[in-house]
Amino acid sequence: MVDLTTKLGTITLKNPIMPASGTFSEDLAGVIDMNALGAHVTKTITYEKRGGNPTPRVCEVRGSMLNSIGIPSKGINHFIQNVVPYYRDYDVPLVVSISAHNADDFARICEAITVPGVDAIEINISCPNIEDNGKAFAMRPSSTQQVMTKLRGASDLPLWAKLSPNTGETVEVALAAQEAGADALVVSNTLLSMAIDIQSRKPKLGNLMGGLSGPSLKPISLRMAYQCAKVVDIPVIGCGGISTVEDVVEYLIAGASAVQVGTATFINPTAMPNIISGLEAYMTKHGIADLSELIGSVRDDDAADAVVFMETAP
Amino acid sequence: MKQFDKSVGVSSSANGEAFEVETRVKSNDEVNGEYRLLILDAPQKVLDCQPGQFFHLLCPVTSQNAPYLRRPMSIYGFYPEKSELHFLYKVTGEGTRALAELLPGDTFNVLGPLGKGYSIRDDWQQLLLVARGVGLATLAPLAQEAQRRGRKLTAICSARSPEVLMSVELFREMGAEVITVTDAEGSSGMENIKAIIQDKIGAGEVDALYTCGSNRMLTLLQEIGAEHGIPGEIALEQQMACGLGMCQCCVRSFRRNNQIVHERVCREGPVFDMQEAMGW
Repeated sequence: MVDLTTKLGTITLKNPIMPASGTFSEDLAGVIDMNALGAHVTKTITYEKRGGNPTPRVCEVRGSMLNSIGIPSKGINHFIQNVVPYYRDYDVPLVVSISAHNADDFARICEAITVPGVDAIEINISCPNIEDNGKAFAMRPSSTQQVMTKLRGASDLPLWAKLSPNTGETVEVALAAQEAGADALVVSNTLLSMAIDIQSRKPKLGNLMGGLSGPSLKPISLRMAYQCAKVVDIPVIGCGGISTVEDVVEYLIAGASAVQVGTATFINPTAMPNIISGLEAYMTKHGIADLSELIGSVRDDDAADAVVFMETAP
Repeated sequence: MKQFDKSVGVSSSANGEAFEVETRVKSNDEVNGEYRLLILDAPQKVLDCQPGQFFHLLCPVTSQNAPYLRRPMSIYGFYPEKSELHFLYKVTGEGTRALAELLPGDTFNVLGPLGKGYSIRDDWQQLLLVARGVGLATLAPLAQEAQRRGRKLTAICSARSPEVLMSVELFREMGAEVITVTDAEGSSGMENIKAIIQDKIGAGEVDALYTCGSNRMLTLLQEIGAEHGIPGEIALEQQMACGLGMCQCCVRSFRRNNQIVHERVCREGPVFDMQEAMGW
């Protein structure tokens, strides 16, 4: 019998597999057993109603996808009245993802969503689709620190900061989020990207640019999860391109304490339950009794620090 | 503690359940110059379908084609008694090119049945459907359901030429009166279709209008429906990612209570009220 539980600060998950925000909703209950998951993470909401971006909102690239959904939101009142009660009936922690355009609005929704039934708040400071040209708080340590400090004062719930790959300062942003009181880091959101139809010469997304997700993002997010886990004391939750048990194990070895599965669910809605049973089988086969044997077990002793912390272009 | 939830609100699929299952290809043959018919051996649990519903197909990655996202496709036929699921498709892009490479005996992953199908209200005794090209595939299960419920059906089938007219025999077998119009014969213009429909309405033979896909047909049927007070339904297409309602990719605009609302084609649709649907 292997132990799949993992601890994220004060929250213990029955297994390390949870959905990535934006790729999960009540609708999935028609296909899988929602109780099997380690946590439920809802699509980002804003305080006010929002319409979302023009279509097409999604396009595929070789083996991955781009999206510019743009956070359509029915607003916080609808969410608290309809969505939070829905998840209360499950024996699974509920993580609510929130976003806003400025620190004050962020604090307002953070306070308002601190209600019974919500176990943690994921702070989406990294959506490339909500601001002009994909700008986001998590691109810089100073804006990360400023908004996370405000949010820390607005709620006693665990705050998970969702970081962005659209930065050249991964480590600095991670440290700023921790310094400002984040309880965990989700690493990371989608990478700002573009695709053009060469026949019509039009961008393939209605919003021109959007976020890359799927298997091609994995090496980038994995590198970031590794960099973050190296420098922070709070748990890192890996996110980006995970679709197999081996992907999960790789993230755990890199230092993640749990992972989020996103785009893979669009391809196979049964991906998460399959990965959970597959992870159990993998650990049994390899004689791994406990996830702690994997988490952060990367053998990187021989590498020079200069290589480990080499920054990529933003 | 909530059990495995099989009924997710009013907009869930026909039986409230969708399944990701492996099927087996029985045949995948060209039916005329333009279309292919894919016949799958499918488990019973996915064959409890409604006309107008769709499946989300995991098209195979081959040496020539590498589609990534699933492709939504409306059901051409479902036959629980022979464990068969049929799709009629036209090869247009990478997904359908990959689909065309499937061979008998291959396994094929499908997700469904999905979405809200066509309704046939009790007082809709005489149905009229208009469709063109591969859109006829979407409406074929409606013809079957109309026959099962003993409703009278008129099918106006439109195509480029008589050679590529699809499903005419299928509709006739299902007891429909079939009227064919083609570009080659110069009979497929909107004015002619309008005249045909208005003749039927004048004879008191139309209680409800059905169509799918085409913007021009939507405009025409909205106009006729509004003028004569005849209700109708349209199945819409939109690019999809998840097909289940999670990703919010496949929204379209609808006119309702003097407001414009956005709904998901995969979840609130693909079948919508004819008058609420907005052209694109």
